[in-house]
Amino acid sequence: MKKIIVFAALLISVCGHAQTDRFTTAMKKNLALFDSSKTTADYQALSAAFERIGDAEKTQWLPYYYAGLALTSAGWTDSKLDKDANAEKIKAFCDKADALAKDDVDRSEILAVRNMATTQQMLVDPQSRWMSYGQEGAGYLQKGKQLNPNNPRLYYLEGAGVFGTPEQFGGGKAKAKPILQKAVDLYKAEQPKTLYPDWGKKEAEDMLAQCQ
Amino acid sequence: MRRLMILALVTIAMGILSPAGQAQVVISGKVNDNKGKPIPGASVALKDTYDGALVDSSGNFRFTTTEKGEFILAITNVGYKSYEEKLVIGSEAITRSIQLKEELSELKAVTVISGSFAAGDAKRAATVLTSLDVLTVGGGNADITAAVRTLPGAQQVGEQEGLFVRGGAGYETKQFIDGTLVNNPYGTSIPDMATRGRFSPTLFKGTVFTTGGYSALYGQALSAALILESIDLPDQSTATLSVSPIILGGGFQQLAKNKKSSWGVNYNYVNLIAYFNLVRQTPDYFRMPAFHDADANFRVRTKSGGMIKYYTTFSAGRLGLRRPDIDSAALKDAFGLTNYNWYNNLSWRENLGNGWKMNLGLSYSTNKDNLSQELQNKDNQQQWLTGMPWEAKNFMIHNRQELSQVKAVFEKKLFGISAIRFGSEYMHGYNRSSYNNILSELTENFAAAFAETDIYVTNDLAAKIGGRYEYSSIISRSNIAPRVSVAYKVGNGAQLSAAYGIFYQKPENTQLVYTQDLGYTRATHYILTYQKTTNERIFRAETFYKQYDDLVKTVAVSNTYNTFNNDGGGYARGIEFFWRDKKSIRNFDYWVSYSLLDTKRDYLNYPTELRPNFAARHTASLVMKRFFVDMKTGFNFTYSFATGRPYYQFLYNGSGNKYTIGDQGKTKEFHNLGFSMNYVPSLGKPNAKVFWVLVASVTNVLGYDPVFGYNYSYNGLRKEPIGLPAKRFYFIGAFFSWGVDRTQDAINNNL
Repeated sequence: MKKIIVFAALLISVCGHAQTDRFTTAMKKNLALFDSSKTTADYQALSAAFERIGDAEKTQWLPYYYAGLALTSAGWTDSKLDKDANAEKIKAFCDKADALAKDDVDRSEILAVRNMATTQQMLVDPQSRWMSYGQEGAGYLQKGKQLNPNNPRLYYLEGAGVFGTPEQFGGGKAKAKPILQKAVDLYKAEQPKTLYPDWGKKEAEDMLAQCQ
Repeated sequence: MRRLMILALVTIAMGILSPAGQAQVVISGKVNDNKGKPIPGASVALKDTYDGALVDSSGNFRFTTTEKGEFILAITNVGYKSYEEKLVIGSEAITRSIQLKEELSELKAVTVISGSFAAGDAKRAATVLTSLDVLTVGGGNADITAAVRTLPGAQQVGEQEGLFVRGGAGYETKQFIDGTLVNNPYGTSIPDMATRGRFSPTLFKGTVFTTGGYSALYGQALSAALILESIDLPDQSTATLSVSPIILGGGFQQLAKNKKSSWGVNYNYVNLIAYFNLVRQTPDYFRMPAFHDADANFRVRTKSGGMIKYYTTFSAGRLGLRRPDIDSAALKDAFGLTNYNWYNNLSWRENLGNGWKMNLGLSYSTNKDNLSQELQNKDNQQQWLTGMPWEAKNFMIHNRQELSQVKAVFEKKLFGISAIRFGSEYMHGYNRSSYNNILSELTENFAAAFAETDIYVTNDLAAKIGGRYEYSSIISRSNIAPRVSVAYKVGNGAQLSAAYGIFYQKPENTQLVYTQDLGYTRATHYILTYQKTTNERIFRAETFYKQYDDLVKTVAVSNTYNTFNNDGGGYARGIEFFWRDKKSIRNFDYWVSYSLLDTKRDYLNYPTELRPNFAARHTASLVMKRFFVDMKTGFNFTYSFATGRPYYQFLYNGSGNKYTIGDQGKTKEFHNLGFSMNYVPSLGKPNAKVFWVLVASVTNVLGYDPVFGYNYSYNGLRKEPIGLPAKRFYFIGAFFSWGVDRTQDAINNNL
């Protein structure tokens, strides 16, 4: 009988692992889809898939994080997308992720997504929106760096912003270079946990190369 | 037994561990709205599982699941009520056709726009002009009225201040700040010249220009209302300095550390002596225009997110100018003006909870004018001649106007997003006027009560129904004015709307001084609007009909004395178009407006129904703005055009209390090209300590000589065209600010 109990206990713990494995498997499967997604519909479907995982799991912040991240990808690529409506959805996912985030490192990742959503809103009409959305976006980066000074994505986003701003407005390659260098250094040092965000390394390296 | 148990457990374990081994079931179907249209992007999910899909563009969805048993199928989409259904999943494929019910939402719902141009609120799609736009109109010289004049419905009247809207006179358009009426929105009238508005555009975050059919919350404007909403808290503390040959000014704005309150002061000194010595003016200024303007404000955010705002401005100014007298070749008229104006506005906006909102407004203003005219000879010595017209050429006028006002508006959310607003206002006005020491006084107690409801039938159909009751003690009469407007969404970003309303306005004080046995003048508006808005473009077409009743008519008693009655009337009808495009060319923004106006009115001393002398049949404007980042410079052009306006000479025929037309005609066409540029050297130096902008502008670049009308000599034998005091107005100035990077603001404020 003892053996049975031990076996049952073992089985339950295996089942528990199975549950976790199911989560990891589903997450990995969907994360792989980031590379094959092209259209807004692809990214929205991907975002919805992450949202379903998040809704089913109830305690994981990463699914909501990626649900938001997938929508920012649509925001960068689709010029016709309603950026305000898209950003509103992204920020709602960020709120959900924030509520479940375990530490400041997690929260600093979420702030990177908020920054991108806000930047996309700003780009709708930079001349009149720069004052409000520009400040909001910069605030997210600043707060994110306070929470985790070693988050390379925040430096990459900051550097990309400076890179894309005309020199007359205080941007340009020369000013972007040290920030992107810092991002690349941090990417090299980074050892992301399973399923944790690791995006942006190649983009940061390419952009840094353009600054040389 | 033991074996059996282990076997059972292993089987269960296998079942859990290898879902792939199980058969997949296809769940598919269609999701439509209540009109049968697909809802692409709606989310379909099997609750508490990872399985689901999004609805595609033709309304279909399809996904597979390995789950078995009872689950909930949930369908959600923004703007629709969520749908849930219990499914028992076995081995058979499941198909469902589901209809989602639309949810009323402020984001999706149509807003009634008939007759109104909302300018300012940058986030709203219906925005026509933002406050930034109002300020970068080429040649507009930072005057709100000048910017609004580029919109359809407003006339290009250059010889007097005010907005002449759709066949209405300037005094038939009223201005409101944070809900309360502004008694003296412009500088005191100077004969044959347009004065500027008193309020800087930077004070306001929102401007709504209603060309008719406006809300029951406002009254006493026959034609139109310019509704201004002041800004809340500033972004950061700043100090500013303005330097120009005309203006010297400075200001300070302090935002509290907790960003919950702020206060500020500004002072400007305007003196045109240097400018007028450089740029010749037609009138001979014996007293150069000079003004002191000072203002102060405080703003506090309340605990529940409301705002308390106070704004006060004081100005003192004087000028004196001499022009040839029309009745004699040798004599001159010397006109002098001294003005003091003090304006105060206190408002309190609060969320009371339970869907209740409150807006309280208090305002007090006083305005004092000392006007004088002397008939002078060639040596500028005063002449006293007897008989007409000479007797009327020397005068002294002292005017004092006071207005105290309180207004309360309450709003309550009803079912869905519908709402009701109601409230009342009370005004106490005092006017004291002395003409050559003959004193007249008027005291007015005016009260109004109003209610208005926004009803959303669906997201596509909305109505605003309201009414207004008013009582004026000075004429001892009351009125009830109904207002109705309806909007229907006809496509993505497109709407068709209609408005109807009755608008009353009491006679002017200059008329009430003679007789108080007068009633309200009345206008009935009918407006039909089509508007299509996309992200960066807007097209709007509007047609209207207005019926005027009981307009004030002048009844001649003798050559020099008259009284008034309400026997006038008239109509106005027309069609207007507006197109704005910020998208087609990068960094280039333009708008075009066109108005066709057919109007006649019988009022004042018009012998019969005539096209009024301020109404042109065709009016058009083209506004263009382009910013060149490389040059750190923006260039703005505004071109305005109007066909000729009629002019009349009315003569008293000496009997029958009637006037006749002595002479009439049509002026030549009106053209004006305005230009401004702004150079922003601090652009791109976000860490600089001081930010500055250089602004240059010129009106009437092409030097066109407009004729707004004619002045007639007393005997009717001579007529003189009314034109501009100088062909062009030039401005150059530098604006500095310390604190946050406010270059963008500075450009805007001073164009």
